[in-house]
Amino acid sequence: MNPNPAPNPAIGHNIVPKMTARDVNVFYGQKQAIKNVSIDVSSEHVTAFIGPSGCGKSTFLRCLNRMNDTVDGARVEGRIELDSQDIYAPAMDVVQLRARVGMVFQKPNPFPKSIYENVAYGPRIHGLARAKADMDNIVESALRRAGLWDEVKDRLAESGTAMSGGQQQRLCIARAIAVDPEVILMDEPCSALDPIATARIEELIDELRGRYAIVIVTHNMQQAARVSQKTAFFHLGTLVEYDDTSAIFTNPKATRTKDYITGRYG
Amino acid sequence: MAEFSAHTVKSFDEDIAQLRAVITRMGGLCESQIADAVDALVSRNVEAAAVVVENDKRLDALEAEAEALAVRIIALRAPLADDLREIVAALKIAGVMERIGDYAKNIAKRASVVALSQPVGPAVIIPEMARAVISIIRDTLDAFVDRDAAKANAILSRDQQVDEFYNSLFRSLLTFMMENPHYITPSTHLLFVAKNLERIGDHATSVAEMIYFTATGQRPAERPKNDFTATIYAPQ
Repeated sequence: MNPNPAPNPAIGHNIVPKMTARDVNVFYGQKQAIKNVSIDVSSEHVTAFIGPSGCGKSTFLRCLNRMNDTVDGARVEGRIELDSQDIYAPAMDVVQLRARVGMVFQKPNPFPKSIYENVAYGPRIHGLARAKADMDNIVESALRRAGLWDEVKDRLAESGTAMSGGQQQRLCIARAIAVDPEVILMDEPCSALDPIATARIEELIDELRGRYAIVIVTHNMQQAARVSQKTAFFHLGTLVEYDDTSAIFTNPKATRTKDYITGRYG
Repeated sequence: MAEFSAHTVKSFDEDIAQLRAVITRMGGLCESQIADAVDALVSRNVEAAAVVVENDKRLDALEAEAEALAVRIIALRAPLADDLREIVAALKIAGVMERIGDYAKNIAKRASVVALSQPVGPAVIIPEMARAVISIIRDTLDAFVDRDAAKANAILSRDQQVDEFYNSLFRSLLTFMMENPHYITPSTHLLFVAKNLERIGDHATSVAEMIYFTATGQRPAERPKNDFTATIYAPQ
């Protein structure tokens, strides 16, 4: 059971959250990067994290699949649950956690291997496919869901790094969904892409919604407004406002949110 | 009163200021157009009426300017939150002001016909009614300039006063026409003048609603209406 009942019901009272964070504090050495953040994330919505550089949104995102474990001097306090399971519990298998909570980064980072191997790598190490045919199915289905299949089906053996930036990013999304995750974290997935490739990723996010809980960090306000249904505004390590995206962008409650989204901040 | 700090991009503030200046000029022009039209009507001054008709083009041009500015801001700045509400409201207000100008022009056109016949008694209410309408527009503009939700909200109930003028004038003109059938032409024109003023009051009040929404992000409560002329029946 959750010791702290939802203080933050922005996702709606009748929706069961996929992930729940309560009173999360993150320190890098002496410096506190996240202060008392509590938030619920659901599979029903795409959730956008916005805020100025250094506000802690990426730090917080990385707490959701324990990516901060690998950062020297990083310390996470508080409780984060995935389906009511404490993900920082000693019994939690971090590799398994990261399969359930996948991540897509700012710069596309395909492995220097074939397109096929990029997608097959995760399912293989997690033992998801028994036979070659099973793996072929997993690879095709992941590439289809990432909207990449038609472009690459005839060159699966080619290197993933030889593709365009937008294709590489969709390959990374295919790689993330190949292990059938429950949550996908995206850290500025379009910031290195041109507008057309960006539109493709946004379309993809829309198609993946409902199937996965998607959390996206973005600096592009219009993008947050377009792709998400819930938006969280972070500032100086605190969660200032969390609400329906339409409310955040047309009528935010906090002055700090308003100043940021209307371009009056700093 | 809403606090407005500057945008990081200064030219964004300049664009908004420019748009607001156009709206303010439109409002001022609406006030003087209504006042001049009603003056021309009362003083039977056909030349002055013609000037009002001519001046309406300035309002049309300002509306086009406001529209071009608003579209440009939306395209270049992708405004959000209160900025977005303000630009959308400005676009709508410009349209409403242009419409108000058309009503004033219509009053001026009727002035030249009304000047051809003997004065009609009940018409003495018209300048009073015009003053009420103009004061609504003036206060609406103040609320716009100050981005003041409370001022805008206080205006909303004042349209009832205009409606009461209209009801009263409607009844007296009907009675007057029955008693003096040869006054039907000027009386009918005056009825339309009154109707125009009533419409202006209604439009000005809707502008106050837009200002309230811009400032607060909330729609004001439903406003009271007092125009009963649609159901007035004068027995023969």
